Amino acid sequence: MSKLKQQSLHKRENQLANPNRQLEILNGGIFENGELPTFAKKITQTNQFPLRPKKLEILQINLGYMCNQVCEHCHVDAGPDRKEIMTWETMQKCLEIIKNTGAHTLDLTGGAPEMNPNFIRFVERASQAGIKDFIVRSNLTIIRANKKYHDLPQFFKKYNVHVVSSMPHWTKGKTDKQRGEGVFDKSITALKQLNAVGYGMPGSSLKLDLVYNPNGAYLPGNQASMEKEFKSAMLADFNIQFHNLFAITNLPISRFLDYLIASENYEDYMYQLVEAYNPKAVKSVMCNNTISISWDGYLYDCDFNQMLGLKVASKVTHINQYNESILNNRDIVISQHCYGCTAGAGSSCQGVVTT
Amino acid sequence: MANNYYDPADLRKFGNITQWSEELGNKFFDYYGKVFEEGALTAREKSLIALAVSHTEQCPYCIDAYTKDSLERGVTKEQMMEAIHVGAAIKSGATLVHGTMMMNKVNKLEM
Repeated sequence: MSKLKQQSLHKRENQLANPNRQLEILNGGIFENGELPTFAKKITQTNQFPLRPKKLEILQINLGYMCNQVCEHCHVDAGPDRKEIMTWETMQKCLEIIKNTGAHTLDLTGGAPEMNPNFIRFVERASQAGIKDFIVRSNLTIIRANKKYHDLPQFFKKYNVHVVSSMPHWTKGKTDKQRGEGVFDKSITALKQLNAVGYGMPGSSLKLDLVYNPNGAYLPGNQASMEKEFKSAMLADFNIQFHNLFAITNLPISRFLDYLIASENYEDYMYQLVEAYNPKAVKSVMCNNTISISWDGYLYDCDFNQMLGLKVASKVTHINQYNESILNNRDIVISQHCYGCTAGAGSSCQGVVTT
Repeated sequence: MANNYYDPADLRKFGNITQWSEELGNKFFDYYGKVFEEGALTAREKSLIALAVSHTEQCPYCIDAYTKDSLERGVTKEQMMEAIHVGAAIKSGATLVHGTMMMNKVNKLEM
């Protein structure tokens, strides 16, 4: 990986660090000249416009964009040079929301959420709120990045945290190419540590799921088949076990959009997404049941909209005014990146959305 | 018509062949889709077979489609190249095994 690639788009002052520039690209070109239908037009054809949320089930909180990795496909543009971190004051407001929410799942993400200096305190307090499924999206290597993180597997176990980790492939070459040199070996060590405390073992209530996303300008294959391949390879090669594999489509925003344009794959990729449009997936996309909260307390329909600066279309746009019944009465904000969640079997933070 | 015989954008138009012969085109695509479903062979195994045959048939559209399809199914570069070698071995073997015909003929004709 070149030195430049070890920095976020923000640090490099790349034009795509600006969400408005990304939206210009997504709304222009082949979508502006009518070569491909806009997402709004497509869902109108299948009588699904406007998208409206159903019952809120998942609160996804982004604890900050700082990360120890600079993955090529990252939709957050996360990295060590990102300084946006949720403050304890904002976390306390989130805790109030968690105590009173109708959602059953709390989903902590980042960056590397563990790098937030108040992560431990926040998990302790949030777990007391009695949320049913408590997810932390861990990049695995953070567990090996610094001595202070070595005990995270035990910590996760203590609070029965559901660990969801990225693992783009069961081979070193493909993983390191996407996520950085040495990531594969560190991830394997971290997974062994998680297995050692009981995570991912058959029948264990300590849930360990892996996230697969393609290593380039193509869509993920069948999730069930990929899971079978992953499980057999991880067990045979490393004696590692896990529960589920979530196959996630890369959305054409941020660093992945930068890659698509630089590699001249953008138009072909958008064609693939549009051709794979599945109206059944629209019914179950994650914005149906999720609210995404940014490090500075703003509210979004999903993590991707957060990165594009597309706040919820509601009177309530910040946790300071949080009101679930007002929030739930809104239209979901869409653009052409939404095709990423409706392609094929669909895609969400929980993997495919149709069976 | 374009100035070249093969245009990558034409791959997207494959479905249009039904326009001038709807019944036969639809029957072909139904059959094609069925062939690639999971069966006694996995869809991944079928993708690799298709990739090897794409090369022996030297079909640029098929190579484009099944390279991508293989990647989508998590096939590694090494596996893809080995599959192509299988195709190449059969192609060269098929040429060479005809050498026995030549040998039979020579043996028959020569005193």
